[in-house]
Amino acid sequence: MHVLWRVIVKEFLQLRQDRRMIPVIFVAPVVQITLFGFAVNTDVTNVPTVLVDQDKSAASRDLVSRFVGSGYFELVGVEERVEAASPWLVTGDAQLALVIASGYGRALASGQTPRVQVIVDGSDSSATTVVLGYAGAIIRGQAGEATVARLRSRIARAKAPPPGAGGRIELVPRVWYNPDLSSRWFYVPAVLALVLMVMTMLLSAMGVVREKEIGTMEQLMVTPIRSWQLLVGKLFPFAVIGFVQTLLITTVTVWGFEIRLEGSLALLLGLTMLFVLGNLGLGLLVSTVVGNQQQAMMGAAFVLLIPMILLSGLIFPIENMPRAIQYVTYAIPVRYYAEIIRGIFLRGSGIDVLWPQALVLLAMGVSIMIVAVLRFRKRLD
Amino acid sequence: MRRTWAVARKELRQVVRDPLSLIMLIGLPAFMLVLYGYALNFDVRHIALAVQDRDHSVASRDLIAAFVNSTYFDVVATPAPGQDLEVLTERLQAKAILVIPEDFGADLGAGRAASVQLLLDGADATTATTILGYAGGLVAQANERLLRGSLSRMGITLEPGIAYEPRVWYNPELESTQFLVPGLIGFLLMLTAVLATALSVVREKERGTMEQLRVAPLRTWELILGKTLPYLAISYLAAIIILVAARLLFDVQVEGSSLALFVATLVYLFGALGLGVLISTIADTQALAFQISLISSMLPALLLSGFIFQIRSMPLFLQAITYLVPARYYLVILRGVILKGTTLEPYWDQFLALVVFAVVMVTLASVRLARKEQ
Repeated sequence: MHVLWRVIVKEFLQLRQDRRMIPVIFVAPVVQITLFGFAVNTDVTNVPTVLVDQDKSAASRDLVSRFVGSGYFELVGVEERVEAASPWLVTGDAQLALVIASGYGRALASGQTPRVQVIVDGSDSSATTVVLGYAGAIIRGQAGEATVARLRSRIARAKAPPPGAGGRIELVPRVWYNPDLSSRWFYVPAVLALVLMVMTMLLSAMGVVREKEIGTMEQLMVTPIRSWQLLVGKLFPFAVIGFVQTLLITTVTVWGFEIRLEGSLALLLGLTMLFVLGNLGLGLLVSTVVGNQQQAMMGAAFVLLIPMILLSGLIFPIENMPRAIQYVTYAIPVRYYAEIIRGIFLRGSGIDVLWPQALVLLAMGVSIMIVAVLRFRKRLD
Repeated sequence: MRRTWAVARKELRQVVRDPLSLIMLIGLPAFMLVLYGYALNFDVRHIALAVQDRDHSVASRDLIAAFVNSTYFDVVATPAPGQDLEVLTERLQAKAILVIPEDFGADLGAGRAASVQLLLDGADATTATTILGYAGGLVAQANERLLRGSLSRMGITLEPGIAYEPRVWYNPELESTQFLVPGLIGFLLMLTAVLATALSVVREKERGTMEQLRVAPLRTWELILGKTLPYLAISYLAAIIILVAARLLFDVQVEGSSLALFVATLVYLFGALGLGVLISTIADTQALAFQISLISSMLPALLLSGFIFQIRSMPLFLQAITYLVPARYYLVILRGVILKGTTLEPYWDQFLALVVFAVVMVTLASVRLARKEQ
C-alpha cells in the first residue's frame, strides 16, 4: 500500500510540475460546455431571405409578413427580377429567395392555383431541409386557410349540411422532460462524456507512453514496484481528475444552464465510475500498441475517440443511422453512458430503469481492463 | 533555403519512419468522410411510435393508418388503456406515444372537434421538433380528407391547392455529402496542420533535441519553415484524398476553379501551421499541446465554423467569436468554389480575412520563438 501511495503521489507531482496543465484540465470542460451550450444548436432561425414580389397585392404582403413573423426568416433584400436574386445566393448573403409571381393574390381569392417559388441555397448546411419545410408550411398554411374559409362558407350556406360536416381532429402535443424543446438540453449533459473520454482515455494513454518515451519506464521497472502497483498508481490520478471534472460539469450544467438534474447525483457518479473504468482500460490498451505520445494521441483520438463519439448517439441520434451501423453502436461503451446521462439528467430515471446499461458498462469495463493489463504485463516482462 | 530544406528533409524522414502516424494523418480524412456520408445525419425516419387506441373505431384506425403509411413512424407498441405510458419513453422503447380517446370516432361523426394526444420524449429536442412537424402535417392532411369527404357528399369537388415550387440550387438532391465535403476539408486540415506541427515541435523540446537544433546554424524562420513544410505537404495530400474520395464515393465534383481552391488552401494552412508553432512555444509537454490545440483549433473548426451548426443561430457573443475562427472564412470559399462553381472573386473579403489570420499567426509564432532563443 505504501509503495502504491508513493507512485500516486509521484504521478500527481508530475502533473503539477507542468503548471499550465492544471488550469487546462479545468478550463477545457468549461470551454466545451460553453460551446455545446450555445453553439451546438440545430434550431433554425433568421434565415437570410431575399424577396422578389412581382404581385404586390395584399395577399403577397400577407405572405411576406407570415415569413418574417414566423421568426425563421429575416428579410435582407428586395429585388424586382428573379435573376437579380442570384448574386445574393452566390455570396451567401441570402440563403433563400422567395419569388411571388404576379397574379398570386387574384388566384388565391378565386380558388385557382396560385404560384410561389422558393429558391434555396442547398450548399449552406444540413438546415436546408428544415428551411424548405418551414417555407412550405407557411405557404401552404396561407393557401390552406383561404381554401378552408371558402369551403366552410360553402358548407354553411348549404341547405342541409351532410352529417359529420365540420368535424376535425385536433392534435394536442405534450412534450415530456423538455417542455420548451430546447436542443441545449440534449447537448449540454453530453459534454460530460466528451470531457471524461479525453481525460481518462486519451491523456491517460499519453501519460503511460510518456514514461516510455522519455525513458523513465525503465527506471520504474528496476524499482521494487510491482506492475499492478505501477498501473494503479499511474491510472488512479486520471480517475480522480475525471471525478472532479464530473462534479464541475454537473455544477455548470445545473447552475449555469439551469438544466435540472432530475435523477440521483449518487447514481450518476457511481455509473460514471463504471464508464471511467472502461476508458482507462482503452487508454492503457492504446499505450501498449503505440510507441510515442503522438501515436498515442492519434490512436486514441482518431481511431477511438472521434468515431466513438460520432457513433454513440451523443450528437447524432442513433435511430437516424443505417441499420448495419446501428448494430455497430452496441459495441461502443459511450452509447450506454449517453443513455445513462440523459436518463438521469432529463428523465429522472433510477437504477430500476438503467440497470441494463449499467450492466453492459460494467462488463465492458472489466473485460477491456483485463485485456489491457495482460498486454501491459506482457510488454513489461 | 538550403538549410530550410535540410530541416524539412529531417522532419519528413521522421514522419515517414512513423508509418502509424502517417497512415492516420492520411487515412482519417477518408474515414471521416465515409462516416459522415453514410452514417451521420439529422434526417428523422422510422420513429418508434406507441399507439394507445381507446376508441377502436373506423376513424381511429384511419388515423393510425395515416401515421404508419407516412413511413415516418413505426408502431412498436400498443399499450392497453390504463397502462403506464412513461415507462415506454424511459426505457427508450418509444419516442412518441399517440393517445386516441374513447369518443374520438363519435365526436368526428357528430361534426365536433376530436382531440388526440401526442406524448413526446423531448430529451432529444431536434428529433422531437421534427416528429411534431410530421404529426402536425399528417393531422392537417387527415382534416383535409374529412373536409373533402363532406364536400363530395354535397357533390362538390375541391379545386387544386397551391403550386409551391421549391428549388434547391447547387445541391438539388439535398445530399448531405455535398455540404459536408467542404466542411470536412476545413475541419481536418485544421486538425492535422495544427496538431501535427505543435506536437512535432514540442516533442523535440520534451526529448531535449530542441537545444541541438538551436545551436545549429539556423535562423528562426528557416527552422519554422523547415519544420512546417512537410506538414503542409501532408495536409495537401489529405485534402486531395478527401476530394478524390468524395468524387468516387459520393460524386461530389469541384465545379469551380482548382487554382482558387489551391490558393485559398495554402493561405488557410499557413495560418494553421503558424497557430501550431505558436502553441508549441506555449506548451512544454505534448499532452498540454494537445489540449490547447483541441480547444483553440479543433473544437472551433468543428462547432464555430458553420460546418454543422449555423452561425446565425448562435448568441451574439459567440457569433463575435466566430470571426476569429479561420475555418469560418475558408468554408464559405470552399462551398463557393466546390459547389457553386465560382472563383475567389466573390469572396475577396473572406480571402482577406484568411490572409490576415495567416500573417498574424506566423508573426506571433516567429516573435515568440525568437524571444525564446535569447
